[in-house]
Amino acid sequence: MKIDFPQAVNEAPIELSSHTMTEIQRVMDLFPKGKQKSAILSILHLVQDELGWVSVGAMNRVALILDIQPIEVYEVATFYTMFHLNAVGKNVLEVCRTGPCQLVGSDDLIDYIEEKLEIKVGETTKDGMFTLKTVECLGACGYGPMLMCKYQFYERLTKEKVNEMLDAMREASK
Amino acid sequence: MIKVTIDDVEIEVAQGTTILNAARQVGGEIVPPAMCYYSKLPGTGGKCRTCLVEVAAGSSADPRPMPKLVASCSTTVMDGMIVKNKTSEKVQKNRGGVVEFLLVNHPLDCPVCDQAGECHLQDLGYEHGSAQTRYRENRRTFKAIDIGNKIKLHMNRCILCYRCVAVANQLTDKRVHGVLNRGEHAEISTYIENAIENDFSGNMIDVCPVGALTDKTFRFKSRVWFLKPYEAECACDKCSGKAVVWMFGNEIYRITARKDSYGEVENFEDKAAWICNDCRFDKKDPKKWNLIGPRKIDRHSVISQGKYLTKNDNNPKLLR
Amino acid sequence: MARKLLIEHAEVEGIASFDIYRKHGGYASVEKALKTMSPEDVVEEVKKSGLRGRGGAGFPTGMKWSFLAKPEGVERHLVCNADESEPGTFKDRYLMEKLPHLLIEGMITSSYALGARSSYIYIRGEFMYILRILEKAIAEAYKNGMLGKNILGSGYDLDLIVTPGGGAYICGEETALLESLEGKRGNPRMKPPFPAVKGLWGNPTVVNNVESIAAVVPIVNHGGESYASIGIERSTGTKLISASGNLVRPGVYEIELGLTVEEFIYGDDYCRGIANGKKLKACVPGGSSVPILPHYLVTKTAAGNDRLMTYESLSEGGFESGSMLGSGGFIVFDEDQCIVRNTWNFARFYAHESCGQCSPCREGTGWMEKVLYRLEHGNGTLEDISLLEDINKKIEGNTICPLGDAAAWPVAAAIRHFRDEFEWHVQSPNEALKRNYGLIKAKLEV
Repeated sequence: MKIDFPQAVNEAPIELSSHTMTEIQRVMDLFPKGKQKSAILSILHLVQDELGWVSVGAMNRVALILDIQPIEVYEVATFYTMFHLNAVGKNVLEVCRTGPCQLVGSDDLIDYIEEKLEIKVGETTKDGMFTLKTVECLGACGYGPMLMCKYQFYERLTKEKVNEMLDAMREASK
Repeated sequence: MIKVTIDDVEIEVAQGTTILNAARQVGGEIVPPAMCYYSKLPGTGGKCRTCLVEVAAGSSADPRPMPKLVASCSTTVMDGMIVKNKTSEKVQKNRGGVVEFLLVNHPLDCPVCDQAGECHLQDLGYEHGSAQTRYRENRRTFKAIDIGNKIKLHMNRCILCYRCVAVANQLTDKRVHGVLNRGEHAEISTYIENAIENDFSGNMIDVCPVGALTDKTFRFKSRVWFLKPYEAECACDKCSGKAVVWMFGNEIYRITARKDSYGEVENFEDKAAWICNDCRFDKKDPKKWNLIGPRKIDRHSVISQGKYLTKNDNNPKLLR
Repeated sequence: MARKLLIEHAEVEGIASFDIYRKHGGYASVEKALKTMSPEDVVEEVKKSGLRGRGGAGFPTGMKWSFLAKPEGVERHLVCNADESEPGTFKDRYLMEKLPHLLIEGMITSSYALGARSSYIYIRGEFMYILRILEKAIAEAYKNGMLGKNILGSGYDLDLIVTPGGGAYICGEETALLESLEGKRGNPRMKPPFPAVKGLWGNPTVVNNVESIAAVVPIVNHGGESYASIGIERSTGTKLISASGNLVRPGVYEIELGLTVEEFIYGDDYCRGIANGKKLKACVPGGSSVPILPHYLVTKTAAGNDRLMTYESLSEGGFESGSMLGSGGFIVFDEDQCIVRNTWNFARFYAHESCGQCSPCREGTGWMEKVLYRLEHGNGTLEDISLLEDINKKIEGNTICPLGDAAAWPVAAAIRHFRDEFEWHVQSPNEALKRNYGLIKAKLEV
């Protein structure tokens, strides 16, 4: 799948919350002195946890924090597929589409969610509540079909379970 | 010194030499092609897989053959190693495969590409490619991005050798471009519109094996084989000032570094003679250069057959 | 019932906490190793155990350890590969989620054997909730003197750090993992030098799979010879198998190597047969990258021997009629499944996960995916089938890392054993499409 990112103009580094900054400091301190770049993936996760996605301004902030060139952050952020480089809905549904899940009905699951939310894969609902994505194997092959949202795994999904899950998410994100 | 045999030629090289560099010490047919390795840029190599060779015997101590073809640019020789390049059918077949892979998504726009005539992929395609493509799918394309007024980036032509990234890392003080995304969609980009402006950024053009990075000050001005290359020098406080100026009549059309038969910048006083952007882009006035004499250019690809002087050919009349 | 050396206590209430884990005999290997054994003794036991890397390659762990360079004054590292991403494999996730302290215990004992003073667990980013479980367990281990300075008064110091990936299958390749751990793109490195000489930050490093490290615990506790007494030939000990696909009871099972495949698929203690009363069509026994086996080669080898769950038996017959144990990702296909569709699916996976560094993999995986897409969607030709076979051969063995091979093998095997189905897709595309999409629908209703 093509990862489409905007050719944005340069953005000023954004400010992060003090909670996120404290966490960033913690993950950087895990590594020996001078090896703080090792924390870049942890930091990008933290940034995404706060913002919902990783903007150019956010990456520029990460570059400042780690004292590296912005391009080094872009290179990393675009390599790893967990980072959303465009704004997304409050709940990103990442449905596993790989072989073992396909054997037990992931194609149907994707169709059903598309129908239910009236969006296609890659799109966000009008109310900004859900974004639907397909992803490759999430390591839950015996418990498929499944999806991940906010690091939580929803497994052995049926239409009924999907309905309940979507309702619960709507409720929680109100 | 250790002994190694490449295509039945036995040579002695220093410990730690790679197979490719050992072959280059002999020169000629036995040298594997290299699209990503660049001896003057440490850390390059291993990626394009065009330099794959067969190791028929690992060393005299362990004469077993290596099970897979190895990248000659990043495999060091062992005493008693026997390497097959031209003489290995397997190598030729697989190299043909690699060339096909490099071409499946490469636009066949040689007629409008400034690199034509000195393009390493063109050479390889000529040598190994088949006359027809088996690729029926749509070719991959990228959104054009502007990287400044001196260098043109044609991402569609890029083969991801990473040489330009190494130039930015090793020759310039701040790298603003790199490789983004991954797999099929990996691309050289600046992510945000960002001009690459640095005294030595122009060397990215010289190291690019294809037409992905070309000189905007020379773009569409002439085909390279219509120009007369001269060795030239100038006093420059930024670089060695050793260049090749490409002339048409009395006009300088473009300026490049002096490159050897492998397309690499030549050494001057034991250091790679990279040229600065002032020399490359802004000194198009012949008066600023001391023209030393005609530059001998190695015969390069089908287009330039018979057009240039070659190493073995000293007849100045051939220089048109 | 088979012996369980790893997950015996996995379902014990509260086993993820230090105290309860300790009550069930946890951290005995740390005590035994640090108090009564030299690092060399531990390496020796692991060698004797015959333990082979559980991540997929099956390289003897003891031998890998003995390759570790030990230059004076240079730090060494043990890195645990918890980037479990091979389709069909989810055993490490189970182990870490249920028994975080088993992994930590294995990390301490193994780090001691290797002389590592700072060790790392690199876990795939999607397992963030498990990372939290591990962080909590690590904090408990520090608090109880199992990590940090002077562990159990032995004078041995160890720091253990767990850090996430960001979504990249390729980071399961050990040098790509190290690149990622250094905060870079997960591009595999050129080898040599191997990590044992130049690994994390240029220091000598051993990278081991979660299950391999966990297996060190019973090996040290009971001795290498005792471990080696389980299993057959060079397949010693127990192995976690992740069973998925169309099975009555998919899940993670710890088996003694040497179990018959028949028993594993149909036995009451294991998967209990094919779901919904269907028949077995095919099986991928070791994760998506290993060759697929048609039903007649699953429980018996081509020579007519019983197929066993061992490295040797699963590969009996080579790629012609065998497969590999790989990571133990056991994927079962029932009679309704379409091999072309599945092969396209796996090809799409590898194209998506290729790092894009070397040309055969970058261009070849994408090309195969596109051709297979056409075949599956009714736009293929018979030449496409031979084209696929040829692309395959041009990728295999020519790439920097094994992802190229992993992408090539499943396609080659699918065509080898199911050529008629590929041809059917070409010759009767509408029928094939109708069947596939008819079957895809309505699965969620079950």
